[in-house]
Amino acid sequence: MLDRFDPALDPTFVAPDRTRLIARLKAALPNDGLLTTPEAMKVYESDGLAAYRGMPGLVALPRKTAEVRAVLMICADMGVPVVARGAGTGLSGGALPFPGCVLLSLSRFNQILGVDPDAMTARVQPGVRNLAISEAAAPFGLFYAPDPSSQLACSIGGNVAENAGGVHCLKYGLTVHNLQSVELVTLDGEIITLGGPAPDAPGFDLMALITGSEGLLGVITEVTVKLLPQPVHARVLLAAFASVRAGGEAVAALIAAGIIPAGLEMMDNLALTAAEAHVHAGYPTDAAAILLCELDGATADIDEEMARVISVCEAAGATQTRVACDEAERAQFWAGRKGAFPAMGRLAPDYYCIDGTIPRRRLADVLEEIARLSREHGLPVANVFHAGDGNLHPLILYDARVDGQMEQAETLGGAILELCVAVGGSITGEHGVGREKINQMCAQFGTPEIEIFAAIKAAFDPAGLLNPGKAIPTLARCAEFGAMHVHKGAVPFAHLDRL
Amino acid sequence: MPTSTACRDADVAESLADAVRRASETHTPLRIVGGDSKRFYGRPSTDDVLSVANHRGVIAYEPTELVITARAGTPIVDIEALLATRGQMLAFEPPVFGPTSTIGGVVATGLSGPRRPFAGAVRDFVLGVTVLDAQGRSLRLGGTVVKNVAGFDGFRLMAGALGCLGVLLDVSLRVVPKPRAERALSLQLDTSASATLLTGLVRRPLPVSGAFHDGARLNLRLSGADAAVAQAAREIGGEDAPLGPWDDLRHMRLPLLSAPRLWRLAVPRTAGDLTLEGRWLHDWAGAQRWLVTDELADQVRAVAVAVGGHATLFRGAGPDEAVFTSLPPPLLALHQRLKAAFDPAGIINPGRMYKEL
Repeated sequence: MLDRFDPALDPTFVAPDRTRLIARLKAALPNDGLLTTPEAMKVYESDGLAAYRGMPGLVALPRKTAEVRAVLMICADMGVPVVARGAGTGLSGGALPFPGCVLLSLSRFNQILGVDPDAMTARVQPGVRNLAISEAAAPFGLFYAPDPSSQLACSIGGNVAENAGGVHCLKYGLTVHNLQSVELVTLDGEIITLGGPAPDAPGFDLMALITGSEGLLGVITEVTVKLLPQPVHARVLLAAFASVRAGGEAVAALIAAGIIPAGLEMMDNLALTAAEAHVHAGYPTDAAAILLCELDGATADIDEEMARVISVCEAAGATQTRVACDEAERAQFWAGRKGAFPAMGRLAPDYYCIDGTIPRRRLADVLEEIARLSREHGLPVANVFHAGDGNLHPLILYDARVDGQMEQAETLGGAILELCVAVGGSITGEHGVGREKINQMCAQFGTPEIEIFAAIKAAFDPAGLLNPGKAIPTLARCAEFGAMHVHKGAVPFAHLDRL
Repeated sequence: MPTSTACRDADVAESLADAVRRASETHTPLRIVGGDSKRFYGRPSTDDVLSVANHRGVIAYEPTELVITARAGTPIVDIEALLATRGQMLAFEPPVFGPTSTIGGVVATGLSGPRRPFAGAVRDFVLGVTVLDAQGRSLRLGGTVVKNVAGFDGFRLMAGALGCLGVLLDVSLRVVPKPRAERALSLQLDTSASATLLTGLVRRPLPVSGAFHDGARLNLRLSGADAAVAQAAREIGGEDAPLGPWDDLRHMRLPLLSAPRLWRLAVPRTAGDLTLEGRWLHDWAGAQRWLVTDELADQVRAVAVAVGGHATLFRGAGPDEAVFTSLPPPLLALHQRLKAAFDPAGIINPGRMYKEL
């Protein structure tokens, strides 16, 4: 299990004088700002990837930027690793405590500092929930576009750290496309503003570099996001297909026809039947796959576009196309998609969600290969995913109570990610590398890239104290992992065409 | 736009890598050049030229993926012509200063055109790059898929870095479908009335794809589905206008934009009129303002910074004049450390952006 850090393959640090560390942090934080006992720190043992657990050395709960700065400077001075944490909903173990670390929780930075409807921005603290921003913007007819499925709970600081996506990123982009500025505190105590109220801030685009940097470069203490006008209308189409391949081809045909839907989601039979049983969304359970295609914009636009979507789907062999007749049916169609993950509980006690991306045109090939891997590893896989941007979420079903099944699921997940890389995709579309995919980084990148990532990190954090053991593997780890996976000189997935 | 007189496609990555390695070993600074059409932009340099113009050709273009990958020396006019055959385009509408202008130069300078506030900037469409660091190592950063959060986004960092972090070998860009309908409107409004109108317009989900004020009139461009464009034009009013000036704006052929000494002020869209004497053109719904002025550089910068923006001496900087607004010391230090991560010897486009970089 990867929640055990390995001194031979991960960074190591000399343990500090704990009594002195506690005394210094206590002096820098409010009275209730430091947790030191295992009972109090238990909730910080894991994030949304609950299978990975570890106890932090201490938990700091600052309320002010100056306190964050003080904590970082003390840790830098004493050589103590720091793991920043938002709402703890991440799915890649990015907030998993490193042994002996100070876990820096931003949960008390929970204020919306202002919505400027004319500038179309919201200035918020990093602990503000994603959905709370759209709620605050709604009275002005505006919204914040990136909508990860955890948006009720996840925080904007975590969204920036992970470059979170969501159902609507094909049209509206990822977090990186929807930011105006970010305030960052570096380990040496500098408070830096990246981006700004004017476009194209001078110098390198460090705001883009920070976005998705998974807490390795600095700690975010304020975010200004861009807001968009709420679309006047949205309509959703459900199209059913007799094969997964036909559904995949419909996706490519839609994009080729110049249509950029607000959302384009696909579910295979295993996923859609479970979702149907769970929420009664009205899905045709005899279909091999369904597509949900949402269009938004002006009414006239949608009518024109929807007619084209239907004709493209029919040409691709859709056995059924149904436009939700009203807002209630639209909500029902989406309830099935959003309820697909919890619905997996009907099929197996546990599931493991994978997050690879692939070129859209390889969708059908890759889904067939995943089915083969699923048989080979003896664990069922349901597929629910953002088809429009090729972001797969295979859900590996397993039972953690059965000895060895968790490890089996991990192995199958790793094989699926390497498949994504082999066809020209990526090991992560939106969940981040975190701890979970640290080995697969060695499949996606070679030594020069890993070295330049390490050099970028060192430019911000020379001692390597920020979120060690995550996102960027050590070369030692890649040497070990590479040896494991290049089997007798054979390339993985040699039978598949490469990009 | 004239089409380029195309030479043959070729992959000269190896010889570029050798040249960079040699320069590193001998501490010889290099000036990276594509088509050299934007030589005026950034701080002037007399360093030895490393030309990437011969490293050219489209490597992959798959319209259903909305992605094109091309070698850095590929002329941008060739790329846009190819995209047009499949009804697609570059949403950020880069200014093209001549037929030799290359895709590598477009990404390195990070300049975007009229659609930028509505569609995004160059950096929003870069999906991946291959770049040579100063050791001549070829680094593949990012990829060709729209969603990819593995590793640091070193590829977005290359957009607008003026080649100071490495030599771009190839770039992968996200492309978009061309709008089915496009229409220009012109309204008789001064800059202040325009700003008020625009603040209201951009807050509504209208298909606006450009908004500039030429000193006399507000010019709007609408792009999208036929019905939506027609409906928006009815609502906004004004007079129908030709689309031609939008091309001239994009490629900076409007008279004001050809001035020998030209300022570009990037400011918050809502900043209001600025107290600098001169001739103005407001683009990007007010967020990008071109200025021809006799005011002192320090004064221009101070006014831009006071409203939260920055000023670039876009064209006509003297040999010792700063081009870009200076960075606060901690941020400059971070830039220097990042530069050193890619280019420890400081041989790749040194001083093109900042004297200290």
